[in-house]
Amino acid sequence: MALFSIFPRRKTFDHGIYPVEHKELTADKPIRRMPFAPELVIPLEQHKGKPAIPTVRVGQEVVRGEPIAEADGHVSVPMHAPATGVIRDIALAPTAAGPKAPAIYLKVYQAASQRVLFDSAPDLAAMSRAELVAAVQQAGLVGLGGAAFPSHVKLVPPEGRTIETVLVNGCECEPYLTCDHRIMLEQTAALVRGIQLVLRATGAERAVIGVEDNKLDAVEHLRREIPADLPITAEAVQSKYPQGAERMLIKSLTGREVPVGGLPADVGVAVYNVGTLAQMGDLLPKGQGLIERVVTVSGPGVERPGNFMVPVGTPLRFLLEQVGLKESFGEVILGGPMMGMAVASLDVPVTKAVSGVVVLEREDLDLAERKVYPCIKCGACVEACPISLNPSVLGELAQVRDYATMAEHYHLDQCFECGCCAYVCPSNIPLTQYFRIAKAINREDEQ
Amino acid sequence: MRSVVLALLPVSAFAVYQFGLSVLLLLITTTVVAVATEWLFARLSGQGNTVSDWSAVITGLLLGLTLPPGFPLWMAAVAAFVGIALGKALFGGLGYNVMNPALVGRAFVQAAFPVAITTWTPAFAPERFAELIPSTLTLPFMQPVPIDDWVAGLGLDAWSGATPLALQKFQQIELPLSDVFSGTIAGSAGETSAILILVCGLWLAWRRMLDWRIPASVMAGAVLTALPFWLLDPTLYPSPWFVLCSGGLMLGAWFMASDMVASPVTARGAIIYGLFIGVLTVIIRLFGGLVEGVMYAILLANALGPLISGWTQPRVYGAGSRPKA
Repeated sequence: MALFSIFPRRKTFDHGIYPVEHKELTADKPIRRMPFAPELVIPLEQHKGKPAIPTVRVGQEVVRGEPIAEADGHVSVPMHAPATGVIRDIALAPTAAGPKAPAIYLKVYQAASQRVLFDSAPDLAAMSRAELVAAVQQAGLVGLGGAAFPSHVKLVPPEGRTIETVLVNGCECEPYLTCDHRIMLEQTAALVRGIQLVLRATGAERAVIGVEDNKLDAVEHLRREIPADLPITAEAVQSKYPQGAERMLIKSLTGREVPVGGLPADVGVAVYNVGTLAQMGDLLPKGQGLIERVVTVSGPGVERPGNFMVPVGTPLRFLLEQVGLKESFGEVILGGPMMGMAVASLDVPVTKAVSGVVVLEREDLDLAERKVYPCIKCGACVEACPISLNPSVLGELAQVRDYATMAEHYHLDQCFECGCCAYVCPSNIPLTQYFRIAKAINREDEQ
Repeated sequence: MRSVVLALLPVSAFAVYQFGLSVLLLLITTTVVAVATEWLFARLSGQGNTVSDWSAVITGLLLGLTLPPGFPLWMAAVAAFVGIALGKALFGGLGYNVMNPALVGRAFVQAAFPVAITTWTPAFAPERFAELIPSTLTLPFMQPVPIDDWVAGLGLDAWSGATPLALQKFQQIELPLSDVFSGTIAGSAGETSAILILVCGLWLAWRRMLDWRIPASVMAGAVLTALPFWLLDPTLYPSPWFVLCSGGLMLGAWFMASDMVASPVTARGAIIYGLFIGVLTVIIRLFGGLVEGVMYAILLANALGPLISGWTQPRVYGAGSRPKA
């Protein structure tokens, strides 16, 4: 509210919502190692862009950390074996999105030492910027905040653009999730190394770590641990959903807005999640690839919630057995409850994009079955939309299937499906769902 | 929606306590007719059961609260029917009406029955729980019986048959603020107690069932418009506090103007809309032929609502333009 801007307050963006955080369930749970499942399922498409191409045969033995698939072009990343074992099959596997997709089935040798294949450590200091970018791609790094966009692509700004500032996203605005919080506290050295690498690769002058002010301990910890001679600062931003959305964080920390249809590089920034950079800082000096990630497993349907270092490809069923699934569980969500996706099968594996597994109880789900009333033009969605769309009008247009007008006159393509509008709607209109469908149909029409 | 009904209950209870059985029958009539009309039109248009959303109950109760205590029941029924049928169902039902249905109904009977709707009865009449105001049970399509003899029979001193607003406007007699604030005065059934409406409204705003910006800016608009005139000539013009607490301003600001369907969707729009209502109300009261201006001010602002929404729609993130309203 502009009215209160005379009072000092945290940096933030316009609009947004304040969902109940539920972070206390796991915020003080240190990252523990998840055991290896008997069999890992490694989808070839865990990232945005082209799927990776397998480089192993069925029946081939692989060592943990060994490349098992290569990148297909620039916007793609390779895969590495998350465990020592044997390739049982390369076949279709269930995914969170619904349709089955090709994956590598890796039978884990339970008796193996699971020591990571260790080549010679590369001389990072001698690498050129282009070589660094290539090394990031070779490590199979993607955005671990949930977007899973190949990290190396963002290191190279388009022609005519320069990256002045690297923004490091430690907001973690989704309810329940605390993995980034733990990473900032426990993997600080690796994080700082990762930031330094990105500063070098992009040629940026400085980096700012943005952290929601519900994690002030992390801000203080970072300020203490970051060497004073580095151009890296940690800044608290307001705890408000979706603070961790790329465009929102850019607005909060720089006051600039990414133009419609543009990239963060257009306003001189590149945004990286803290988890991504901690992995980068850990893996690159050793010349290794991404084979595991930190996942928050939480929610009322879980008996022992916590933060875990989970091998990529671990099936949800195995993961949930380790933490104890309550009898009353109703729905398993990959990611946070706001933007995450409910899975139809527990055979879906944890991929590089999965920051959290949230299990809701059956009684939490009556929300989904509440009666939908007509829009009463209360304007709650208009006040919630972080990109200032008019979800009220968009919703009415969606109900009459006028998808073309939604895109042409009401900026539908700017919607990133954060879910704020549907969250606040007193008439229970599933606005976000409408917009997802509308965008999908518009995409089909274009083709 | 149920919260709004809940918030209106204390106001309704006070109205019944103050004016007696007649108001009880009045509120029941408007509510029942409003709900029945809603049910009928939802059926005719194949919308299923829309009564369960409680919006028709709110319209009925609100309408009853804006009518004079002795208003003939058949006229009240007409108002409720017209409010829901012309003010709401014709536009497509809940969410599509341009104006507040209760006020559409009231505007209709204001035009149709100008005498009945300006016939006031004294508050706290001694036998109010034992007998009805004679005009209440007027037969349909008949003129209400004059109530002068009945009022005279009550044996009240100093009853002029005028509301505080009329006294001020035509005789420059300003009743004590404590009376208009607490509501021990004549007027429409539910508009008299400013304090009660304020408390119930604040509760709703706290529950986020109404946008506080609207009543706040209505009151600000009214006070700021009335202030210069009062400073100029306090004997001729009412004080801003009197303006705020008298007539239907409080009820209008908290429960009518704040109708979500008929008000702008943006925060800035809500403030412009509220100020417009406040300013226009005072202009009508001070310089118009009518004693009270809240109803027409809100209806006019309702009509402007979509336009205000369009003007105040914020700019889309990263875009040079704003989406259409």
